[in-house]
Amino acid sequence: MFLHLLDNPHETAAIILFGIGFTSLMLQRNLIKKIIGFGMMDSAIYLFLAAKGYITGRTAPIVVDGVTSVEKYINPIPSGLVLTGIVVSVSVTSLMLALTVRLYRRYHTLDIDVITSLARKEEN
Amino acid sequence: MSDFWRNIPFFCIMLSICSAAFTSVMPRKIARGFCLTVITAIIVMSALLVSRMYGTRESYTFMMGHFPAPWGNEIRVGRLEALTALVFSIIMALSVLGGLMRIEEHVFEDKQPLYYVMIELLMAALLAEVYTNDLFTAYVFVEIMTLTACSLIMARSKGRTIVAATRYMIWNLMGSGLFLLGLTFLYGMTGHLLMSHIREQVDLIAAAGTYPRALTITIALMCVGLAIKSGLFPFHTWLPDCYGYSTPTSSAILSSLVSKGYIFLIVKIIYRVIGMETVAASGVTNVFFAMGLSGIIMGSVSAIREKDIRRMISFSSVAQIGYVFMGIGMASEAGMVASLFHVYVHGISKSMLFLAGNGLIEASSDSKLFRDLRGSGRRNPIAGLAFTVGSFSLVGIPFLGGFVSKVYFAKAAMSLNTAPMLSVLIVLAISAVLNTVYFIKTVITIYRVPMPEDPVHEPVKHRLGLENAALICLICVNFALGVMSQPVVEGIRAGLNMFA
Repeated sequence: MFLHLLDNPHETAAIILFGIGFTSLMLQRNLIKKIIGFGMMDSAIYLFLAAKGYITGRTAPIVVDGVTSVEKYINPIPSGLVLTGIVVSVSVTSLMLALTVRLYRRYHTLDIDVITSLARKEEN
Repeated sequence: MSDFWRNIPFFCIMLSICSAAFTSVMPRKIARGFCLTVITAIIVMSALLVSRMYGTRESYTFMMGHFPAPWGNEIRVGRLEALTALVFSIIMALSVLGGLMRIEEHVFEDKQPLYYVMIELLMAALLAEVYTNDLFTAYVFVEIMTLTACSLIMARSKGRTIVAATRYMIWNLMGSGLFLLGLTFLYGMTGHLLMSHIREQVDLIAAAGTYPRALTITIALMCVGLAIKSGLFPFHTWLPDCYGYSTPTSSAILSSLVSKGYIFLIVKIIYRVIGMETVAASGVTNVFFAMGLSGIIMGSVSAIREKDIRRMISFSSVAQIGYVFMGIGMASEAGMVASLFHVYVHGISKSMLFLAGNGLIEASSDSKLFRDLRGSGRRNPIAGLAFTVGSFSLVGIPFLGGFVSKVYFAKAAMSLNTAPMLSVLIVLAISAVLNTVYFIKTVITIYRVPMPEDPVHEPVKHRLGLENAALICLICVNFALGVMSQPVVEGIRAGLNMFA
């Protein structure tokens, strides 16, 4: 029944990775593991996009030796999207890590549940 | 030359992005004045655009650098976009103005220029989301909005705000991950990123029935992703802490603009990218309908149980966002018009409630608990008045904005089948009672004569006229929306027709 998933192995792998990343982001209690989950989730989408843009037997759309025929190159738009996406996820990751550093300095733990309950006790 | 006004949306977005770069190197006071000037300029330009768009029935597309898609990037302007941009920029200006003293107090002095940088970037992201005609650009600005909103929360550096900001980021990252995945699927199926091109392809795909399951999953991913980010009911757990502990301007902006930006994007996706019939056929609107209804009840119940005024206002946001999604879930034009009008009304009332609540807290030795707020409306009369007007508006007293949107919700429900119609009317009735319980109780508390055993509160030390001016402006806008709702509602309706 699921054999047709093997027709598009890259896309299938990407979705499985996305699922792993998403559940770690949601369920892990350790903040660093959550950030790793986020990284996996976003990279999985980039894998999906790259796989969608690739056409077997063609090369990256950089003109060398004067070959300008469209038939020779892969679709460049998904690669452009991946680049933009990477920029976004780098900035998000750095902000998350900065937040984690501040929380760790304050509460000396990385467990989000413990941190939440400590913060509740601390003040109102 | 006569078409020069068509550049306004582009100017607005660029002005706020570029001024953010300049603001970062300015001293504190100049940064504040500059930020307010920029937002005022955006208000003036948007008002000009609205007056232009009310004179025409045609929307227009603006190609940046005159490159057609997929090389260039497009902006699309209709009556609804112009109106929304105007309302958003007015709320932004008044929210900043109303919380100026608290920003000085809560944000470190050397970080204050950066706070205004974030406000300008947020403004740019909001405007870009409202105007853009390209789905991937929308995604990028969704992320910019998430980052800036997070920094607005953590600008007040205490334990609870940092925890709240972290939880905000975690939920929002899940939301944007789902949205990006949906966008990728849609790109894979249609091969386009421009909204109008995707729409043509989606219509073909839906008619041919090529990818029925993939299309449903895509719609669900994008809509649920954005619903998580706007704080719809089962995904609202991050919301009360974020709104309840950050500085009042941040709370006002987060509840009345950031979540509304995502909702506007959902409306755009439903109308311009996928098409209402296809979305309704996928069943996603039914899910929104059910979540909206339960959000209305659960948000109000949680608000009643709160002892802290800021958290109570936050939980009331959950209920009000439930209304908006209920209207979207009706999958009819009337429901959508009611929802969009409620987006405006809630934006104005909620920013007013947060700012007025701050005024009351100031008059009660900085305590947010109801038992200390007794009589605070007498100690700070303008904040008391503004809180009363905001509460009455959300409860649905005539001559105020909230009444009009409730009338339109009830009207929209009349065209539904019996079971959904009855559930809308029953929930509206229950929610009116619940709203009355927590809002009117608060209004009575703030006007009560203090008892002899109550602590004596110092009168408010500083009185900046600007804060009161902002509250008075918000009161006036709220009355204006309630009394002269007709042009706004007609504008929304015409704008939705221009969408297609």
